[in-house]
Amino acid sequence: MQKEKIAVLEEMARNLRVSIVKTLHKSQSGHTGGSLSVIDMVTALYFHKMRHNPADPKWEGRDRFILSKGHAAPAQYVALAEHGYFPREDLMMLRRLGSHLQGHPDSKVTPGVEVCTGSLGQGLSMANGIALGLRLDAGKSRVYAIMGDGELQEGQVWEAAMAAAHYRLDNLCALVDVNMLQIDGEVEKVMNVAPIADKFRAFGWHALEIDGHDMAAIVAALDKAEDIKGKPTVIVAATVKGKGVSIFENKASYHGVTPNDEELNTALICLGCFED
Amino acid sequence: MSNMKATRDAYGEVLAELGAENKDIVVLDADLSGSTKTAVFRKQFPERFFNMGIAEANMVGTAAGLAAAGKIPFVSTFAIFAAGRAWEQIRQSVAYPKANVKIVPTHGGITVGEDGGSHQSVEDIAIMRAIPNMTVMVPADAVETRKAIRAAAEYKGPVYIRLGRNKVPSVFSDDYYFEIGKGIEVVPGTDMTFVTTGLMTAQAVSAANLLKQEGISARVVHIATIKPLDQDIIVKAAEETGAIVTAEEHSIIGGLGGAVAECLAEKHPTPVKRVGIHDRFGTSGKAEELMKYFGLTPEDLADAAREVLTRK
Repeated sequence: MQKEKIAVLEEMARNLRVSIVKTLHKSQSGHTGGSLSVIDMVTALYFHKMRHNPADPKWEGRDRFILSKGHAAPAQYVALAEHGYFPREDLMMLRRLGSHLQGHPDSKVTPGVEVCTGSLGQGLSMANGIALGLRLDAGKSRVYAIMGDGELQEGQVWEAAMAAAHYRLDNLCALVDVNMLQIDGEVEKVMNVAPIADKFRAFGWHALEIDGHDMAAIVAALDKAEDIKGKPTVIVAATVKGKGVSIFENKASYHGVTPNDEELNTALICLGCFED
Repeated sequence: MSNMKATRDAYGEVLAELGAENKDIVVLDADLSGSTKTAVFRKQFPERFFNMGIAEANMVGTAAGLAAAGKIPFVSTFAIFAAGRAWEQIRQSVAYPKANVKIVPTHGGITVGEDGGSHQSVEDIAIMRAIPNMTVMVPADAVETRKAIRAAAEYKGPVYIRLGRNKVPSVFSDDYYFEIGKGIEVVPGTDMTFVTTGLMTAQAVSAANLLKQEGISARVVHIATIKPLDQDIIVKAAEETGAIVTAEEHSIIGGLGGAVAECLAEKHPTPVKRVGIHDRFGTSGKAEELMKYFGLTPEDLADAAREVLTRK
């Protein structure tokens, strides 16, 4: 891909980071670290890879996006708002009573959200089901599911991994946001899930390992996944929790904490904004 | 009440019929397709049948995904593994998004028999009923099973239909009109009412005959849909007969007995006696032995009726 196009995606990711931080500052509730670690992948999917139509969220030919790590909902919401699935102002109502932007993705109320996620470990199973259904209809759409590394501790993920390979779901691409932190601390110490790529390979998947903040690498991996036939592909992406805002980076304490006024200003400076 | 047929056998047949009628019907099973009778569908429509292995959580999530892709998934395994093992998947992936998934387990209740308490689900109605958006049904016989499955396929949203392992006597004839959420008076009566579900309806009909010989006029109201509950027919029975005995092949906590007691406590306080499993697990034995052991025979129902009449 041309360098200019990558630069455009990088700039979009920066803008979306700003939007995430402002949204979470307003809501004063939500998950900052995991939203910032996953946003580069979300950007590549929503602004490069996926076929979708904001004017017709249920368009049959769309690719499907499932945020299995549903606590990173702000990352999906800012992408949907940027595309015009709903007004940007709605972001300021995140997690409020009556808002269509629930704490975790809810397909009943938010345009562009395919299924309900948030209870970890269930998204890949639903992605499998959608992939099977699309295949029955001979559809060309692809299914993308993003999980967290801590989420891989859920046994259901491995039931789903087994089934996706068994049914040779090559229209499915899973992405793992390996930010190495979960609520109680380092994933490695809470309950080690490494080696992730080898585990998926042993289950019959094609596995790619990338830097989850290298936009060119993300785009290349997503393109490559589309060429792999006869098996599902997983992109294991090394990321930094809180990426882009130095005061949030690599801190488990920022899993479910939102920025205060001072932190918002610092964050906006980090992200190259000089406004408040 | 002459024909004997298992509700699971009726399920296998009607599922295959639906498969021929509607290409969106898909079926998932967890290594029990011979027992749940989804194998009948599997043989006719192998491309729309998905064996998910012994992994119920993933099976339910996959069904939710298939529903999101516009399919009408029927999910089967034993009741304890569907409702119990995959409860949270049913809550989060199916009921919360109101996914069009039909969960149709077989081997509900203690008549599973010899496999014992580990395999006898006595809590599934209660835990399914507690989930918002969920419709819960327990057909009485093969005829009603066919109608309930067809109604579930038409209905848009999550449904749980509990079926049984063994042959049960027929209660309904083919011209019976079935509607989700509607109870039906099976036997008229004026002194008290049996409100029953599943195979207990046939038991209550026998009990009503026993009581008739003593001059007690017992009504039998069959409740196929435990949620949403047909409150009107229950309140009417309470008003007109003044005493209620509920009966189910399930714990007396939270199932039909619980639902009826909740309804009457608020709408028309009436003496109620709940017949069912009394806060214990099942055990190995022959089905008919277990029906006696757990107090689910027509004689037990007649005793319950006599007791509740003393409180009228």
